[in-house]
Amino acid sequence: MKPAGLSPNPDPVLNQPMTPELVRKHGLLADEYEAVRGHLGRDPTLTELGIFSVMWSEHCSYKNTRPLLKGFPTEKRGATAGFGRVLVKAGEENAGIIDVGDGWAIAFKIESHNHPSAVEPFEGAATGVGGIIRDIFTMGARPVLLTNSLRFGELDSPATRRLLRGVVAGIAHYGNCVGVPTVGGDVYFDRSYEGNPLVNALCLGTLRHDQIRRGKATGLGNPVYYVGAATGRDGLGGAAFASRELSAESAADRPAVQKGDPFMEKLLIEACLEMMAVPGLVVGIQDMGAAGLTCSTCETASRGGAGIEIELDRVPQRETGMNSYEIMLSESQERMLVIVQAGREREIEAVFEKWDLHAARVGSVTDTGRMVVTQHGTIVADIPASALTDGAPVYQREARRPAYLDTTSRWTPGGAGLADLDPAGARSALPRLLSHPTIASKRWIYRQYDHMVQHGTVVLPGSDAAVVRLRLGKGEKFIAISNDCNGRYCYLNPRRGAQIAMVECLRNLVCAGAVPLAMTDNLNFGNPYKPENFYQLRECVAGLAEACRFFDVPVVGGNVSLYNESPEGAIDPTPTVSVVGLIEDEAHITRQFAPAGSRLVLLGGAPSEIGGSQFLGLIHGLKTGDAPDVDLAAEKRLQDFLLGQVRAGRIGAAHDLSEGGLLVALCEMLFGPGSPGAEADLSRLAAPRLDALLFGESQGRVIAAVAPADEAPFIAAAGAAGVPADTIGTVTPGGGLTVATARGAVSWDLAELRLGWEGSIESAMKRPGLG
Amino acid sequence: MNIAVLQFPGSNCDQDAFQLFAGGLGLPTRYVWHKDRALGEADLVVVPGGFSYGDYLRCGAIARFSPVMGAVREYAAAGGLVLGICNGFQILCEAGLLPGALIRNSSLEYRCMTCDLTVEDAGPGFNPRALGGRIRLPIGHGEGNYRIDEAGRARLVAKGQVLLRYAGNPNGSLDDIAGVRNEAGNVFGMMPHPDRAFERFHPSRDGLAVARAVLAARFPGMILKTA
Repeated sequence: MKPAGLSPNPDPVLNQPMTPELVRKHGLLADEYEAVRGHLGRDPTLTELGIFSVMWSEHCSYKNTRPLLKGFPTEKRGATAGFGRVLVKAGEENAGIIDVGDGWAIAFKIESHNHPSAVEPFEGAATGVGGIIRDIFTMGARPVLLTNSLRFGELDSPATRRLLRGVVAGIAHYGNCVGVPTVGGDVYFDRSYEGNPLVNALCLGTLRHDQIRRGKATGLGNPVYYVGAATGRDGLGGAAFASRELSAESAADRPAVQKGDPFMEKLLIEACLEMMAVPGLVVGIQDMGAAGLTCSTCETASRGGAGIEIELDRVPQRETGMNSYEIMLSESQERMLVIVQAGREREIEAVFEKWDLHAARVGSVTDTGRMVVTQHGTIVADIPASALTDGAPVYQREARRPAYLDTTSRWTPGGAGLADLDPAGARSALPRLLSHPTIASKRWIYRQYDHMVQHGTVVLPGSDAAVVRLRLGKGEKFIAISNDCNGRYCYLNPRRGAQIAMVECLRNLVCAGAVPLAMTDNLNFGNPYKPENFYQLRECVAGLAEACRFFDVPVVGGNVSLYNESPEGAIDPTPTVSVVGLIEDEAHITRQFAPAGSRLVLLGGAPSEIGGSQFLGLIHGLKTGDAPDVDLAAEKRLQDFLLGQVRAGRIGAAHDLSEGGLLVALCEMLFGPGSPGAEADLSRLAAPRLDALLFGESQGRVIAAVAPADEAPFIAAAGAAGVPADTIGTVTPGGGLTVATARGAVSWDLAELRLGWEGSIESAMKRPGLG
Repeated sequence: MNIAVLQFPGSNCDQDAFQLFAGGLGLPTRYVWHKDRALGEADLVVVPGGFSYGDYLRCGAIARFSPVMGAVREYAAAGGLVLGICNGFQILCEAGLLPGALIRNSSLEYRCMTCDLTVEDAGPGFNPRALGGRIRLPIGHGEGNYRIDEAGRARLVAKGQVLLRYAGNPNGSLDDIAGVRNEAGNVFGMMPHPDRAFERFHPSRDGLAVARAVLAARFPGMILKTA
């Protein structure tokens, strides 16, 4: 078939006949190409092929994951009139929105920029931040905080140091300039991410219910505006690039990485919020993120059940001679598409003139249901808008349980003849764990981020959860946010590992005194066409969905990043979870630093598992065993009890056990202001193995610091709630850490431990990195 | 009392400065847009932090040509009070209203942290008797490394123009200088953020005292509400 009906493109380069080779280069399968022809009733033009290629990529279409994602709950059953209602659900718009009461709401979402960051860490990470901020303010919300979730190989590799330096500098460059505080995050270092780092960025914004905006094109004849930066040739086909495995040739894909301008973004935020504040002016708005002009036009048209006509000659361009393929597929940053109420063009133009930004009328809304693109008077693309969105293919991929699980899940320390620790071994293991970059202080990272701008940060980075005061009109509210995912657990037991990410996030919030509201997730996995990878993906999603339903925490949106592979293989499955919680009363804000004189109570019982632990990895060089057990009901009892005690004013500090186990958690509670010490006695805890007691990562454990007078009622309340509680020691005004065990006592100089913990990443980063 | 907070494209601590004066001190406060050529009635002009004009070229180098800066120059020449915070300090140095310059941090990295600062004797209001010998304020900047030539440095000391010094230098500043005033004593600039130290949950509330100390240069004995 010929592209009948369409005249030749003004640029002769784009008039090539379709060949299997061209189709393959665009990442479309033969069947998918046939579907394209079916939608068009003819061969596509090259411009149209490019448009289908990006819209049907995993990044835009979720074609391999859509059936799985349907398992996530998207509404909160126990929402009250006070807060918790889902106002905009996952998948409906650019970000989900949750009611926080009094007519106010929050919009938040996490998104990945893994592949661009692997190739060009600074720009890749920077534009990841820019993109997620646009997803939030396009909903009508003012961005008020950022967090990020990063994964790298081990820091002993110069290539990893180059990536870490670049990614952190890129996030800092963008977030600092745009004036949104980066208040928290999580960072892991593990060989599986060598060559394929993960960079997931989250943004949260605030808005009134009546300020919610939609990415919908409606109203026949309404003008379509293009606002923000001009279009260049950067980021061509970035969405398609993100849906391929990384290889040695990826460096040649640099033009697929975009370049960010945070100053432009800051102006765009202010101008767009000012424009949206004008009643009735904006009909619909959407950012031009992945797949740029293509995605924003066909998605708004499809959501609105309308059509859109755009004229490329009117698109602001920063390079000359760009053809339709380039303009439609460019992923130049800091651009938005706005549908304005007809007759009010002058009002939007006045706002953008004030901010010295482009606002060009590029087209209008039609009733044809088609996305029609013209250039130099010729139609260069004419596609049913819904074919690009709802018409994208959906696949149920084959899943196969990876063979390695047979070995790892049966592994036990006893069966492997692993000698238990003696006190001398424990003494030397603790400083090694504390100074491993995954556990060590992330100060080197977060001091490069402006985490205080907007003057609302209450609990600074370096705690279980960040706490931020939201100024909402004349009132204020406090929220907590935490990110988590231990890929090692997900590798060893995908279903359970994903649940651990979720319950740990919830535990972090509860330790900060917050009631969990809703979750956003970023599913980072390998190539889904490999059945073992798809098995991991399927199991992780199932585990997450179950935990979400159990805790009544809905998913309000997120992102899927597949093809995270380097020549060495796939990354550990990493379903990053981020949960936002509301702190109902400022007095409930709880910190992790234990005050001197308080009693330390371990909740949840003695840790007894060692599989998948940092200890096993670092001290024994093993990534094996089963992931720690998860008991959702016990976890819920613990969290409900803890929140009750926070409200009763009995908690001086609380911190959960996670990577590194009991002793690491204890140290982290002592590495605060005043540098207190502690005397602990673990000798009466039932523990078959000392290594598992001190460094195992059993879930559902929290150390609470309570005043001596509160100790008895606290323990009695725990008993009544069915939560195991054991007093394990006292916080002393200074000095060291002494721990009595059934096999003898061990003590450490805390100042020395703290030095190793605080300075580890910093000293590693003083060594040269590549490039 | 009337506080004017300037807004440049790229200012991002404008709301923080606004809240310090409006919420923290309870003073009438308003914004002035960078394209305005007049300030209107003002008892203090605050040049806030951020990345004016993206800080492209050099921090503050473009902002100093903004229409409003002409009015600020006239206002300062007539003895009006001006406070530049962070990027505002950089702009005032670029505009020649304060001596010295701010270059990249010696670490070549952005720094966000809370710093201990020693208070120097810089005249009425701004001195250890009014503020205490030591205060704590957050910083957040990539280019806060203060530089001045030898003659300028001698003049700063001789005229008591140094406001604050870092106790533990975070950026390589000459003589640990964190903030200075002009010779006449009506233009103040500092890298640390008093606008991040006034709420009950901030690392300190010393920002309130610093804001009062600046106002005291023109309005001695003024009683201000502490929120």
